[in-house]
Amino acid sequence: MSKETKTQAVQLDKTIPNGAKTAAVPPIPKEKFTIIGTDDFSGDIIARPRIGYWADAWRRLRQNKVATVSLFFLILMVIMVIIGPYLNGINYEAVDNTAINQAPSAAHWFGTDALGRDLFSRVWQAGRVSIAIGIAGALIGTVVGCIYGGIAAYFGGIVDTILMRIVEVLFSIPYLLIVILISVITDSQSIFTLMLALTLTGWCNTARLVRGQMLQLKSQEFILAANALGVSPWTTIIKHLIPNTLGVILVAITFDIPSYIFSEAFLSYLGLGIKAPNTSWGALASAAQQTFAFYPYQMFFPALLIALTMLSFTLLGDGLRDALDPKLRK
Amino acid sequence: MLKFVLKRVVYMLVTLLIIITVTFFMMHSIPGDPLASMARNLPEQTRQNYYAKYGLDKPKGEQYLIFMKNLITKGDLGESIRYPGRRVTDTLMTNSVVSGTTGGLALILGIIIGVTLGIVAALNKNRWPDYVVMIIAIMGITVPVFVLGALLQYFFTVQLRVLPTTGWGRLENLVLPVIVLSFNTIATYARYVKSNMLEVMNQDYILTAEAKGVTPINVIKSHVLRNAFLPCITILGGQIASIFTGSFIVEKIFGIPGLGFYYISSINDRDYTMIIGTTVFFGALFVVAQLVIDVVYGILDPRMRIKAKD
Amino acid sequence: MEKILEVKDLHVSFNTYAGKVRAVRGVGFELNKGESLAFVGESGCGKTVTAKSVLRLLKPPFAVIEEGSQILYKGQDVVHMDKKALSNYRGAEVSMIFQDPMTSLNPTMKVGRQIMESLQIHKKLDKKAAMEEAIHLLKLVNIPSPETRVNNYPHEMSGGMRQRVMIAIALACDPSVLIADEPTTALDVTIQAQIMDLLKELKEKLGTAIILVTHDLGVVANFADRVQVMYAGQVLERGTAREIFYDGRHPYTWALLSSVPKLAKESKQELYALKGTPPDLILPLNHCPFAARCEHCMSICKEQHPPETALSDTHKVSCWLQHPDAPNVTAFSGKEARS
Repeated sequence: MSKETKTQAVQLDKTIPNGAKTAAVPPIPKEKFTIIGTDDFSGDIIARPRIGYWADAWRRLRQNKVATVSLFFLILMVIMVIIGPYLNGINYEAVDNTAINQAPSAAHWFGTDALGRDLFSRVWQAGRVSIAIGIAGALIGTVVGCIYGGIAAYFGGIVDTILMRIVEVLFSIPYLLIVILISVITDSQSIFTLMLALTLTGWCNTARLVRGQMLQLKSQEFILAANALGVSPWTTIIKHLIPNTLGVILVAITFDIPSYIFSEAFLSYLGLGIKAPNTSWGALASAAQQTFAFYPYQMFFPALLIALTMLSFTLLGDGLRDALDPKLRK
Repeated sequence: MLKFVLKRVVYMLVTLLIIITVTFFMMHSIPGDPLASMARNLPEQTRQNYYAKYGLDKPKGEQYLIFMKNLITKGDLGESIRYPGRRVTDTLMTNSVVSGTTGGLALILGIIIGVTLGIVAALNKNRWPDYVVMIIAIMGITVPVFVLGALLQYFFTVQLRVLPTTGWGRLENLVLPVIVLSFNTIATYARYVKSNMLEVMNQDYILTAEAKGVTPINVIKSHVLRNAFLPCITILGGQIASIFTGSFIVEKIFGIPGLGFYYISSINDRDYTMIIGTTVFFGALFVVAQLVIDVVYGILDPRMRIKAKD
Repeated sequence: MEKILEVKDLHVSFNTYAGKVRAVRGVGFELNKGESLAFVGESGCGKTVTAKSVLRLLKPPFAVIEEGSQILYKGQDVVHMDKKALSNYRGAEVSMIFQDPMTSLNPTMKVGRQIMESLQIHKKLDKKAAMEEAIHLLKLVNIPSPETRVNNYPHEMSGGMRQRVMIAIALACDPSVLIADEPTTALDVTIQAQIMDLLKELKEKLGTAIILVTHDLGVVANFADRVQVMYAGQVLERGTAREIFYDGRHPYTWALLSSVPKLAKESKQELYALKGTPPDLILPLNHCPFAARCEHCMSICKEQHPPETALSDTHKVSCWLQHPDAPNVTAFSGKEARS
């Protein structure tokens, strides 16, 4: 500080009535009034712990009790469909003519069906098929959808227009109609053709979602800023585009799985899905339908498990969507 | 606006053409031919007559052209293979009245209840009415139609004996199928209306309205609802589709002689002309419904009107 | 001068996962009839929250005006108004325009109806009279061919035009106070000047008092009678525009003033950039909030809150530099300003 300005300030100071200044203040030691300057960027350190996007999302997901319970239930379901068919030592295909349509008992925990097959083993075997189809379907749909949507968004222009027109047309045909048609034509020979039927147009939604998200990101300021700052396109994709799309995709997968499980159950219920002796929840429910008035427990277990599984996926998806939405960060 | 509608109509026609063509060729690409299993045991002459009758002796391209010609000029979808003498179009017309009644009622009921529940939930966010509505909504989305149908049937017809199990023609027959069919719509609309309302309530223009001194009730009535309802029209298409597919199962459970019931039985019978006809009919209904939805949305949303002019 | 609005010891908190963010910490000010007051400060200093509090527009339970805060409009207690009183107060007595005209108008309602709405609520006008008044108001805010514009939807108008509509809505019921929250931030520079001129013209014509919330000192200089400089939810310095611009006493005021680009010929100096960021408002902050970034920071600044020192009837500053024991320091830009 120059001498000149200091004197000027002193003069200025004198022009101000001094009385009010010190009245309310208790005496303060003089040494407190030496200038120590700025904190040297201590102001830059943010007091709150910094939380990354994924860590923060995970924290919020865990805080969401409903989502946590759903996640635990789903983990339990996965374990059960893996070990369940072996737990009571009765093969799910084994026919026992002496024990037809039995109610739940110590020997048959969930009872038996019209052929005397053990329902406990069958329910978990069915769950294995249903959940596997749900997960595989969602993954196939996601991969195809991501590639398709990514190509549309990346190339833009005429490619984008054509690709999106195709999706639009596919979208305007009721999904299950296509699935039924394919199942009829392939005569539902195997799980493979069933998967083909389910995923043939199942990826459209993901494709739209990914394209929309990519396009939105492409035009956003932080991507422009990254470009302007000379960040390489590759880094931009890895650091910005993928993390920002991943959330949307993850949520979509969580909602896709129950919808594939539902579609399979729907087909099996109509007799177009899984063929005996293999089974799925939908097939079990369908088989139990005819004798429902007499043996309601045959319907009860598969129905309960489908409903709970779909419920858990939906609630987990809801929780994930909320957790991953940066706008909801508080 | 007119240009927008025309463009949509062209899209619709293209989509329809694709549906018809794909369905036709897929059904005709089945190993062997549609009549193979049926005609196997017939004498050679009868067999050839059969093939000639359904035009199956001609090349596939020609069959397609004949099919399209009959469809466009006469609105004719051919004759049932399984039940000779039964015209596909006639069957569709009779059955669609039945399905239309249940489906239409379910849609109306579903929208009314769903929207009401959605509003209640949004206005009571994080209080018990919200939780109750969201539980109903989640159930409606996650409990499969056949489970719900079987449960209701069991309680009302086997246990309580207040409603008939199956059948068609009386008013009581409508109750359960309509309730089961509307459940998904109720759930979807309750969730959608709620989230839309909450989103709109966070918009800046709601703050403007509040700053003007508009009372909370009027903010909801004249600012929130209209803006929250508009997007609800767009999901109507999905709901119509879900009622179609729901009808397959509901009609099977409750023995209702509708489109879905016959569609499933024609699949089980491998009645190819019926399958093609019904698929085309479903596709057409759905595509037309979507066109109507698009146009209505265009008329109702002022922002769309401008875009439509361009 | 007639005092119409008085805010005393306003405390506003936001409830977040990390804890209570105390966004406004004991702000107080008075507003006289027909006067214009500017809240100046960087983002997050609590100026918008203070402005919204005056209309009770903050959403509980997320945002809470703490007990003990007082907002008095012509002697009426605003903090404890019931729904009905609040509805009569908003728009008719105090109204507000917002930062972004693109999102502040209802997209599915004709602008005419949006103006009529407040006329029908407060002035109890019938539809026809309200429509005429709406056209009149659009004329007042210089919108050409108002008769056809009333039937437009917001998306059919430009940003500047929408902000004029917002002003028309705000002024529809002749409020005594208009709060303008960064009214030009989202607009083009050329349009900004037009909007500010319009506000100035209307203020003179209608005698409305205006609270201008802004971070743009250039806008303030031409517009405000009085200025209060805010930082971390507190008022650091207040005074007439002249006192603040020519005799600012708070180091933060200096920093703000020297970070404004000048066109003056001799100023070859680099544009000043204040280092660091404002303190986290979740902290208790029992000392001067600006201490960490202040070039003239003393030990006392980090220990105690400075008292507000009155330099004149209107000019008040909260800074330890005003203490008689403090070294004499002036603004690095003050020299230029005073010469």
